[in-house]
Amino acid sequence: MAVNIIIFGQLTDITGEQNLILKDVGDTNQLVARLNTMFPAMANAKFVIAVDKQVISENTILESNSTIALLPPFSGG
Amino acid sequence: MNSKHSYERYNRQTLLKGFGEAGQEKLLRAKVLVIGAGGLGCPALQYLAAAGVGTIGIVDNDIVSLSNLHRQPLYSTADIGLFKSETAAKKLGELNPEISFCIYNERLTSANALEILAPFDIIVDGTDNFATRYLVNDACVLLDKPLVYGAVSQFEGQIAVFNFHSANNAPAVNYRDLFPNPPKENEVLNCAEAGVIGVLPGIIGTMQANETIKLITGIGTPLINSLLTFNALNNQSYEISLQANQETRSLIPATKEDFELMNYEWLCAAERSPREIDITSFDELIVAGNTIFIDVREPHELPVVTEFKHQRIPMSILKQALIKTDAGTIVVFCQSGKRSLEAAEYIFALNDQTRNVYSLKGGILQWINQHQKKVTV
Repeated sequence: MAVNIIIFGQLTDITGEQNLILKDVGDTNQLVARLNTMFPAMANAKFVIAVDKQVISENTILESNSTIALLPPFSGG
Repeated sequence: MNSKHSYERYNRQTLLKGFGEAGQEKLLRAKVLVIGAGGLGCPALQYLAAAGVGTIGIVDNDIVSLSNLHRQPLYSTADIGLFKSETAAKKLGELNPEISFCIYNERLTSANALEILAPFDIIVDGTDNFATRYLVNDACVLLDKPLVYGAVSQFEGQIAVFNFHSANNAPAVNYRDLFPNPPKENEVLNCAEAGVIGVLPGIIGTMQANETIKLITGIGTPLINSLLTFNALNNQSYEISLQANQETRSLIPATKEDFELMNYEWLCAAERSPREIDITSFDELIVAGNTIFIDVREPHELPVVTEFKHQRIPMSILKQALIKTDAGTIVVFCQSGKRSLEAAEYIFALNDQTRNVYSLKGGILQWINQHQKKVTV
């Protein structure tokens, strides 16, 4: 099973990509752990996670083809 | 609407189905406060004034600087050094003399925020830092005011309507339901460091005006309890739903007294470190001599400083440069004061914490601003 990840804002400076597809991640905790391994700088970045356009605040099971958005806070004006 | 003037001025929007003269009456009776008359605030203010929002408040204590103009076209080159709130009100009054303006030429703090926000129906957040964003959010929750939020970074913007009680009785979401606590230092860059494409705050600020007009007139579907992200590079937008979170309520001061005691600067780690000096001390050191000044910005970064003698050692090579010195004092600076603080901490540690090493708080942009102000005011 694969999930789609959309990366926003300056998080793309870390990932180098706006879109990623990751296989074999069962829940959002696993997803974060995988991202931290792939991109160590992610561990220090602040962002919220939305699964299929809903912001989540606790570990969430991912379905095949779920779309996960990683959104950092912006302060500029 | 009683005057022929008004009828003609707003004709193209009152023609709209669902808007009509009733919608215009609602706008003319509305009171909207725009906090920050910068990249987001300027376009928001222009469209709100043009649309006939009857009372518009403007909070900003900053002055117009040259580096603002690429994204704040309400101002002109001749306005450099003038106060934004006053300049904006003057220009908007020329655009629409039928509405009134309240100018707050002061920095929003927990001491004055509740009093400033209280008379208004809707608050538009056009601020440029986390400390004020959290302050504005918490004040809106306390006073139960809808907040039209907008923020930008580089090529992306976010818009949302917070703290609006919709008809379906869903609990109103606020900014802390999205980001409960401010980021720590180094978790995100600010605008002066990250950069922003000029039209982006134009787009996002205009969308904030649009959401505000929709809330006032009751047309369409405002972004209530939703966050929209727009990417100016690929034109993609992405909307997510937000939920109110009971736990975040505990982070917001429960009473006005508690709010007034909150230090939002401290909350957002913006307080002054012992390695930072202000502009006055910086200028004293320039005059005094026996101080090495180091610009840690990268070679491409402007403006080039010609006002005082200094070295350029970009942050990217600073750690190879191994600055050991016998000079009395070393002062580093960058654009906004963030990188230079990191550099100051580094050089301080490298010299066994025995030298006076400081970073210019607010950076060279604020220093230049301050000096332009002295020349022009």
